[in-house]
Amino acid sequence: MSAVVSLSNVHKQFGSLKVLDGVSFEVGRGEVAAIIGQSGSGKSTVLRCINALETIQQGTIDVCGHALHDASLNRRALHLDVGIVFQSYNLFPHLTVEQNIMLAPVSVKSIPKKQARELAREVLTRVGMEAKAENYPEQLSGGQQQRVAIARSLAMSPKLMLFDEVTSALDPQLTGEVLRVMEDLARGGMTMILVTHEMAFARKVASKVIYMHQGKVWETGSGDMLDQPKTAELRNFVGGVSHDRAEASV
Amino acid sequence: MTYHFDFSALLPYWPEFARGIWLTLQLSAISTVLGFVLGTLCAIGRADGSRWVKWLVAIYVEAIRNTPLLVQVFIIYFGIATLGLHVSANLAAVIALVINVGAYTCEIVRAGIESVHKSQIEAAECLGLSRVQTYWHVVLRPAIERVYPAVTSQYVLLMLASSITSQISAEELTAVANRIQSDTFRAFETYIVTGVLYLLLSLVVRICLWLFGLAIFVRRRKLGTAI
Repeated sequence: MSAVVSLSNVHKQFGSLKVLDGVSFEVGRGEVAAIIGQSGSGKSTVLRCINALETIQQGTIDVCGHALHDASLNRRALHLDVGIVFQSYNLFPHLTVEQNIMLAPVSVKSIPKKQARELAREVLTRVGMEAKAENYPEQLSGGQQQRVAIARSLAMSPKLMLFDEVTSALDPQLTGEVLRVMEDLARGGMTMILVTHEMAFARKVASKVIYMHQGKVWETGSGDMLDQPKTAELRNFVGGVSHDRAEASV
Repeated sequence: MTYHFDFSALLPYWPEFARGIWLTLQLSAISTVLGFVLGTLCAIGRADGSRWVKWLVAIYVEAIRNTPLLVQVFIIYFGIATLGLHVSANLAAVIALVINVGAYTCEIVRAGIESVHKSQIEAAECLGLSRVQTYWHVVLRPAIERVYPAVTSQYVLLMLASSITSQISAEELTAVANRIQSDTFRAFETYIVTGVLYLLLSLVVRICLWLFGLAIFVRRRKLGTAI
């Protein structure tokens, strides 16, 4: 299994605040890695670093053959290989669902409009949104918008997809519909890294779980690691999350 | 004191009024298009340019917004002549109006650009769009859509302000009126008629800009949001 993403001793500071403190991990082709941890543990920052949205001060990051720590990095080429889906969807509000999806294939890859429209229909079907192609984002629910955002990313056929807390703004029902789409992708062999608070999803879908704490990779393993935490921090974290859930369901 | 209105004295001058209206419309249309391009480029420069570009744009904008249009018109008209170039009054008027409205447009459009959330730009970048493509597809359309009412007012104002160029004898509506009133000695009537004509012109400009807005801001049209 060749590594699609490999981080080695990555350090990152915002001013005097140390956010990443020697982070190392690898994600292989077809793997689904879930990064979990408390707010402020650096998990979203790691994800943004993998897409060169943040610069690092020390260490190396290799993503799909691009050396992100290298000054000569071709950001555009990197972004063609890596798709990202954000917590706040970030659809373009003035464009229809279909236009949102067609924009990058047409303007970046110079795919003819007709072909791009077919591509849009295809990816929309994959996320179950083909009926909303002519709608504008503001006419959709949060879960629908997020599925369109995933489709928009898919249309560029990325080799790796990043998901940054994509269900955090959604209610449980909408969360379910987005997670189902992500599960389908995982089953289709897509290499994925997701930052998530959905422990059940991580346990079920992720082949690798990375628990971050205080800017470090604290514990890493398969989904089962959540049931047998080795460190007190992860035990607390997992316990805290399930405790919250229990309270919420009362 | 009684004053006997006599509008009939103006009747023979209607072709001149028409020529004046036509030139006013031409001046306004050309200045609107060029001023909008200039202002938008300046807005991009001020929002996203290097430090030097930001400073240059800021100096331009403040210089224009804090001096009278009439003085700007004179500086351009006589300045160009002093440099030894021959430029017609109409061309000088267009240049002055473009430079003037460009500065105001810059500030309006910049407000629009700044209202576009950083995450939109990030999303575009992550899809592989270049900076120019991002500006064109993701930033400018929503930015201008948001400030379009302010832009509309500014360009109606520009059409009205073009009357100032009568001072360098650009043959627009006010210049025509000045001449007619000195021919007929019917100043009151002449300027009442001129005022009504400007009112109608404003209406025409507003309708044109509204229709233009409907044509380019498709989402607003489809969702029935006001433009």
